[in-house]
Amino acid sequence: MTVLLAADELVDARGLSCPMPIVKTATAMRALASGKVVEVLATDPGSVKDFNAWARSTGNELIESTQEGSVYRFLIRKV
Amino acid sequence: MTTALLERPTTPAEAPLPAPEPEAKVATKQFVIINWSGDLDKVWPVLILSSTAAASGLAVKVFITYWGLLPFVKEDRWIVGRNWMQKMLAFMQRPGISHVKLTKMNFFGMGPWMMGKLAKQNNVASPRELLEAALALGVEFVPCQMTMDMFGLTRDDMIEGLGEPAGAATAIEMMTNAESSLFI
Repeated sequence: MTVLLAADELVDARGLSCPMPIVKTATAMRALASGKVVEVLATDPGSVKDFNAWARSTGNELIESTQEGSVYRFLIRKV
Repeated sequence: MTTALLERPTTPAEAPLPAPEPEAKVATKQFVIINWSGDLDKVWPVLILSSTAAASGLAVKVFITYWGLLPFVKEDRWIVGRNWMQKMLAFMQRPGISHVKLTKMNFFGMGPWMMGKLAKQNNVASPRELLEAALALGVEFVPCQMTMDMFGLTRDDMIEGLGEPAGAATAIEMMTNAESSLFI
């Protein structure tokens, strides 16, 4: 997989269940300035729908949502 | 967690904000849970929903009352209270986030033990981990003063990071101001 956009921070939520991928991402994003990009890796299949919903409620931009094997990868830009 | 200090960034944004309105609108939304039950299968969703709501940018308040106070007692306490009845109650239902029971299939602790095992196998965060995350994300837990008095609980019996104890009028104001409120 080619990484098109370099992230400012990586949140490794692989192996974690709901709601920890979202909770960890939100916690990591608090320390970041607006416009910064976070890359999230998760293995919870529910996180695909969850990150879309979370982006809608927070206004953060879900730039990319991809899957490679059992790992889901999300790129999010802080609003 | 490495980013324990959760200050909002004070440095000005590098790029000009494309649309500041949604964030401002979202920040004013309030979500309230009345945490009445101290049972594991109810405290768990309370902590999952409150931490996720805070992660989603909502202002989250959880009013903790009645049995719901007990998981928020320090874990090293057991026989709390001033008189024998309060002490007896605490003996029968040991307070603390790690000692919560199930509403059904408790079987003298077998049920909660198996739930904990299953949660661990499935990498589900424990109530204690979720409570730490909720506090770190700024969820405000408001203990009920009246039930604290009834159970003989002091501020010192309760965990760090809780809000000021308050009463029913505060709970009503919280709920009427909230976008959504739940009684669990």
